[in-house]
Amino acid sequence: MLKIENLHTKVDNKTILKGLNLSVEAGEVHAIMGPNGSGKSTLANVLAGRDGYEVSKGSVTYQDQDLLELAPEERAWAGVFLAFQYPVEIPGVNNVYLLKAAVNAVRKFRGEPELDAVEFLSLVKEKMKLVKMKEDLLNRSVNEGFSGGEKKRNEIFQMAVLEPKLAILDETDSGLDIDALKIVAEGVNSLRNKDRAIVLVTHYQRLLDYIKPDHVHVLSDGKIIKSGGPELALELEEKGYDWVKEAAA
Amino acid sequence: MTTDIQNYLNDFDQLQTNDWFAKNRQSALNLFKETGFPNTRQENWKYTDVRPIARKSFSNINDQKTTVSPDNVNAIRFTDLDCIELVFINGIYSVEHSRINELPMNVVVENLADALATDNKLLEKHLSQYADNKISPFTALNTAFIQHGTYINVPDNVVIERPINLLFLSKENPSPFATHPRNLIIMGNHAQTTIIESYIGLDEANYFTNAVTEISLSENAILKHYKIQQESQRAYHIGNLNVMQNKDSKLESHSIALGGSLVRNDIHGQLADEGAEIIMNGLYMTNDKQHVDNHTRVDHLKPHTFSTENYRGVLNGNSRAVFNGKVVVHPQAQKIEAHQNNANLLLSDDAEIDTKPELEIYADDVKCSHGATVGQLDQDMLFYLRSRAIDEETARSLLTYAFADEVISKITLPEIKQRLEYLVVGQLPDAALIREFTNE
Repeated sequence: MLKIENLHTKVDNKTILKGLNLSVEAGEVHAIMGPNGSGKSTLANVLAGRDGYEVSKGSVTYQDQDLLELAPEERAWAGVFLAFQYPVEIPGVNNVYLLKAAVNAVRKFRGEPELDAVEFLSLVKEKMKLVKMKEDLLNRSVNEGFSGGEKKRNEIFQMAVLEPKLAILDETDSGLDIDALKIVAEGVNSLRNKDRAIVLVTHYQRLLDYIKPDHVHVLSDGKIIKSGGPELALELEEKGYDWVKEAAA
Repeated sequence: MTTDIQNYLNDFDQLQTNDWFAKNRQSALNLFKETGFPNTRQENWKYTDVRPIARKSFSNINDQKTTVSPDNVNAIRFTDLDCIELVFINGIYSVEHSRINELPMNVVVENLADALATDNKLLEKHLSQYADNKISPFTALNTAFIQHGTYINVPDNVVIERPINLLFLSKENPSPFATHPRNLIIMGNHAQTTIIESYIGLDEANYFTNAVTEISLSENAILKHYKIQQESQRAYHIGNLNVMQNKDSKLESHSIALGGSLVRNDIHGQLADEGAEIIMNGLYMTNDKQHVDNHTRVDHLKPHTFSTENYRGVLNGNSRAVFNGKVVVHPQAQKIEAHQNNANLLLSDDAEIDTKPELEIYADDVKCSHGATVGQLDQDMLFYLRSRAIDEETARSLLTYAFADEVISKITLPEIKQRLEYLVVGQLPDAALIREFTNE
C-alpha cells in the first residue's frame, strides 16, 4: 500500500530524513519509534503533504501512485489520514460542519452519493461512542477550548468517521493520561481491519501496550536503523535507544 | 480649495429654511467655508485623501422625487425582522415605505424634518450638541444641510422591544447627488432600544452620503446600535457617530462596512459619568480599489468607565483600509478599563492597511490594553483543513469567513446576525463553496 524508498527531506535547508525506507501493506500496523529529533514528525508531515518539507531524493508510492505529487486534500481523498501531534484550534469553523464537508468530499471523490444530514448524523453518533466523545464538543469550533486529551480524541474520532485506508498517527499518545490513552487506543484498535494500514509514530513504548503493532521500526538520525516485531518495542523500553544506535553504527 | 466648496455654498443659498435651527445651519456653513475639506496634511486625515469627493460637484438639493418600487424595498428589508422602519430614498424621507406603528406610549420616532417644523424643546436642547462641527468639516457640512433624518426620543423607563431600522437607500439620479442624513437619538433613564442604520446603494449609483448620528444616553440607558454600510461601488460615504453617555449607560456599537469606493467612519464616545460603558465592534471587508477608514475615539471622563473595541478587516485586491483607535483617559478617570484590538487579514499582495492604536492616559490607576495584527491566513489551519479533505479554495474561504465571523458572532439579534453572515459570505471569492458551513 505504501512504499517509501530512500527518502531524503530538508526543512529550512537542514536535511532531516536521510534515506528512509519503509514498506507498509494493507492490514498492518507499524510503529515507528525514535528519540526526539530523529525525524518522526517530519515523516508524518511529509506523508500528509505539509508545506515547507522539501523532498530532495527518493520516492513515496501510495497505492501505485506518486504520493508526493498530490496536494494534501488529494491525499485525503485517496484515503490518507494524519492524526496531528498538535491539532490546531480553528475558531469560527464548526467541528461537525467540517466533518460533514470532509466526508462528502471523500465520497464525491469516490463517486459515492453525498450523505444527507440524517445519514451523516447517525454515522457521527455511532463513531462518537468509539472514542467516548462528548456531544457538546461536536458543535464547537474545531478544537477550540478542547483539553489536550479532547483534541487527541477528536483526531481519532475524525479518523473513525473518515475511514481512511492509511492512517498516520503522529505522537497521538503524547500528553495523554492513562485513561485517555486507553480510550484512544481502543478507538484505534476498533479501526484495525484487513484493508487498512496504520502507522503509529511514537516516542514511548507505552502506547504499544494497548495497540499491538505487527512491525516496529527504530528511526534514528533520519533513517530506519532497525526493524523487528513487537518485542523490539519492549527491548527499547528497557534499554533505551543507544544500544540500537551503537549496533547500527 | 474654495472652488471645491462653491457648489455647496450655492445649494445652501437655495435652501431658505427659516425654522429655529436656521442660525445654526448658517454658522455651520460658515465654519465649513473657513476650513474647506480636510487634507492629508492633517493628522486625522493622513491616510485618507478626500479629493475625489471634493472635486466632484454633487447636488445637495434633491427636489426630484426619486421612487423605488415596494418590491425593491422589500428585497432589502429584514423581511423576518419585526421592526419599526423609516425609509429614506436619496436622502428624502418616504412616508410610503416607512412603517412607524405600535410605538410604546410617549415614544417619538419621526422624520427629523417634521420634528424641526414644530416647537420642540427637547430637540433644541440636544440637536447638534454631541457632534462637533469644529472637529470634522463633514459634520459642519451635514449640520448646514440638516433636514431629513431621524428623531427618536425614548422616555424614561421605556423599553422598545422591536428594533428600529433606518434604511437609507440611494438610487442612480441623472446627476450625482449628496445626502446629509442626520439622526438624533435621545434615550431617557433606564430606556432601552435597538437601532439599525442601513446604508444601501441600489445600483451602481454615483453619490455621496454624509451622515451624522448623535446619541444621548441618560442614566442606565442601553442602546444597541448597528450600522450596516453597503453603499454602491461608486459611492462615497462619510459617517459620524457621536454619543454622550451618562451614568451606568451602555452603548453597544456594531459597524459593518462592505460597500463604497471611499469610506470614512468616525465614532466618538464620551463616557461622561461613572459606570458608563461603550463596546465597539467593527468589520470592514474591502476589495478592488476601495478605501475604508475607521476612526474611533473614546474619552474616559470619569472613573469606573469602560470601553472595549474589537475591529477586524479583510482586505483584498488593491484596496486600502485605515484603522485609528484613540482612547483618552482624562486626569480624574481612575479605575477605568479600556481594551482595544484591531486584526487584519490581507488576502492579496496589493492590499494595504494602516493601523494605529493611540492611548493617551492622564490618570495613573487604569487598566488598558491594545493590540494590532496584520497577517495572512494561518498556514497551520489551512493545512489542517486540507488534510481533512477540504480543497484549498474552500479552506481559504472558510478561514476568511471564520476570521470575519469573530465580529459577526458577537451580534445578539439573530435576524441581523444571519443577514450579516450571508452578506459576509457573499464578499468572499468562493461564496458558493462555503454557504453550507454557515447555515447553522
